[in-house]
Amino acid sequence: MSKNIKLMQGNEAVAEGAIIAGCDFFAGYPITPSSEVAEFLSSKLPKIGKVFLQMEDEIAALGAVLGAALGGAKAITATSGPGMSLKQENIGYASMCEIPCVIVNVMRGGPSTGLPTLPSQSDIMQAKWGTHGDHAIIAITPSSVNESLYETIRAFNLAVKYRTPVLLLTDEIIGHMREKVVIPDKSEVEIIDLKLPDVPPEKYNPYNYTSGKVTPLAPMGEGYRYHVTGLIHGETGFPSQKTDVIQNAENWLIDKIYKNIKDIEKFEEFMTGDADILVVAYGSTSRSVRQAISMARAAGIKVGMFRPITIWPFPEEQISNLSKKIKKVLVVEMNMGQIILEVQRAACGSKVYGLHVTNGEPITPDQIFAKIKEVSEN
Amino acid sequence: MIKTKFNYDYYLRKNTLPHIWCPGCGDGIILKALLRAIHKCGYSKDEVVITSGIGCASRLPGYVDFNTIHTTHGRALTFAIGIKMYKPKLKVITISGDGDALAIGGNHFIHAARRNIDMTLIVFNNYTYGMTGGQYSPTQPLDSFATTTPFGSIEPPFDVCNLAQAAGATWVGRSTSYHAVQLEKFMVDALTHTGFSVLDVITNCHISYGRRNKMKSPVEMIKYQKEKAIPARSAENMSPEELTGRFKTGVLFETKDNPEFCSEYHKKLELLKTK
Ligand code: SF4
Repeated sequence: MSKNIKLMQGNEAVAEGAIIAGCDFFAGYPITPSSEVAEFLSSKLPKIGKVFLQMEDEIAALGAVLGAALGGAKAITATSGPGMSLKQENIGYASMCEIPCVIVNVMRGGPSTGLPTLPSQSDIMQAKWGTHGDHAIIAITPSSVNESLYETIRAFNLAVKYRTPVLLLTDEIIGHMREKVVIPDKSEVEIIDLKLPDVPPEKYNPYNYTSGKVTPLAPMGEGYRYHVTGLIHGETGFPSQKTDVIQNAENWLIDKIYKNIKDIEKFEEFMTGDADILVVAYGSTSRSVRQAISMARAAGIKVGMFRPITIWPFPEEQISNLSKKIKKVLVVEMNMGQIILEVQRAACGSKVYGLHVTNGEPITPDQIFAKIKEVSEN
Repeated sequence: MIKTKFNYDYYLRKNTLPHIWCPGCGDGIILKALLRAIHKCGYSKDEVVITSGIGCASRLPGYVDFNTIHTTHGRALTFAIGIKMYKPKLKVITISGDGDALAIGGNHFIHAARRNIDMTLIVFNNYTYGMTGGQYSPTQPLDSFATTTPFGSIEPPFDVCNLAQAAGATWVGRSTSYHAVQLEKFMVDALTHTGFSVLDVITNCHISYGRRNKMKSPVEMIKYQKEKAIPARSAENMSPEELTGRFKTGVLFETKDNPEFCSEYHKKLELLKTK
C-alpha cells in the first residue's frame, strides 16, 4: 500500500490527528498562534457530520467541549497562553468530574498578551498547576509536525482511557511550520473509543475510587441518568463532605495517572549510551539540541539527549536512572527555568545546568553547542 | 403529552434530600413547578438534561432524577450548548441564579440568546448572592441593601427579560414564586417553544436579601411579589411613575419566525452530505 504523505502545517496536523482519532466536536475561540486548528476543523468536521462551534469566549469553548463530552463526544479545543489561563477553571472541572477531552495549547511568549506570534515553552508549569486544587494531569509535547498528528491521536486515547483532560502542548514553531507527514489509515493506529458501562443503569455509579479501574463514562441521554458536580463527590456522583470520601476522591485523581505512568509515559533517548553530558529538551527546542549534539560529537564531546514526549507526569525514573551514569545534565528550554526544577529533583546525583532563552527566537544549535562546551569544560 | 398520573416522588432523587435550601426559600416552589411542567410536556427522564451553575438555585439538579450537570459558576449555558449541539434530541434546561446568569455568566447569556438555540433558561431571580451571604447582584433594585451595599445600591439593575429579548431570545416571560400555577404554565410554554426561551422567576431569599430590606420572613417576601407583580397587559395603561418599583409578569415576547441554531446547523450538515 502506498503511503499517504502530505506537506502539512503543525496546526493542520493536529486537526488531521483529531479527525483520525474520531473527534466528534470542536469548540474554540480565535487566538494566535492556534487559530488554524479551528480553521481546519471548521472546514473538515461539518463535512463528516460533526460539530464545529466558535464560542463567545475561551471559557465557553471548554464548557461546550465538556457538555458535548458528557453526551459521549470525543471533543477537543485549541488555544494559546492567554486562552489557557481562562480555561483553567473548566480544566479543574474536567479533572474533578473525570470528563475526557483534549486541550491544545500552541504556546507563545507570556505573561499576559506576551508574544502572540513568537514561540515559547513557558506554559509547562501552568499545564500542571494552572487550575486550583490538587489533581494530576497528562500533558504531551510533540516536536515535529508528524509527531503532532500521532500525539493528538494518543491524547484522545489517553483522555478516554483515563477519563481526564489531556493537554497537547505544541508551540508557535511546531504549530506554524510545514513538514512531511505520513498520514495513517485508521486501521494502522490504535484508537480507543468510549465504552458503555458493563452494568445496567440502575447499578451504574459514575465514579469508582477504590477498584483501581477507571469506570466508563456513560454518555448522557442513553438511559444512564447520573449527576455531575464540581463539588467533591462520592462514587455515586453526589456531593459529600465525609472525610474518607474526600480523601479517596483526591487520592484517586492522582493515583489513576501516577499508578499508570508506564502506560502514559513516552520519551526518546538519543545517543545517551556513551554520553558524558545529558541534554534534556522537549518540543521544538529538542530539534536544535539534536543539531548541537552533532556539532559537539564532531568536536569530541560525548553528548546525548533525553526528550520527554509525555511531559506530565514527568519521567522522573528515567532521568534518575540516566543521572546515575551521566554526571552532567543540561536542560534547554524556551522559558526562564521550568522543567529544570523537575530534572534537579530527579537527577539528584548529577550537576544540573540550564540554558533558558525567552527572547521570541528559537534557541539555536550554536547557542546550545556553546553551552555544551562550557558544561564540558566545567 | 401527559399520559401517567403526576407524582413528585417519581422525579425526585429522594436519597439526596433534605435539600440545602433554607426553610421558606422560594427555590422549592420553582422546583416543584418545574417537575409538574416537565411531566405535562411528557418528556422522559432520560431525554431531559439539566445544567446549572453555582449558587443556591444551581443546587436544584442534584435533587431531580434527570441527566444533571452542576457546572462552574456562570458557565451552565456553555455546557448546555455543547450537549444540545452534539445530541439535538435532548431537552436541555439550564437553571441559574441572577448572579450566575447575568454577572459572571452574562456573556454566555447574551450569546445563547443571540444564537436562538433550542433550550430553556430559568433564572431564579432573588436579587442577591444568597449562597455567599447576600452581596448585591446585577438585578438588585436601586437603593436596596446588601452586605456589599450597606449604604444602598446605586447600580441600575438589569431587566432580565428586556436583556434576553434584545439579545435575540425568542420566548421571554416572567413569573414569581408566588404565582406557582402561572409559573408552571409558563414553564410548559417555555419548554415547548422551539428556540431560546428565558423565564425570569422572581423568587424570595428572605435570609440574605429580605432581612436587609424590611422583609425578613418568607411571607413578607411572597407578599412583595404578589403586590409588585403587574400583568404585562395591565402595565400597558400605566404611567412610568405608576410602574416604578414594580415588575411586569406574563409572556413578554414570543416569535416563531427566527431560525433556530441547532436545527440550522444540522440542516447544513445534511446539505453538505448531499454535495
Ligand atoms: S440563602 Fe436565600 S436563596 Fe439561598 S437557600 Fe437560603 S433563602 Fe434560598
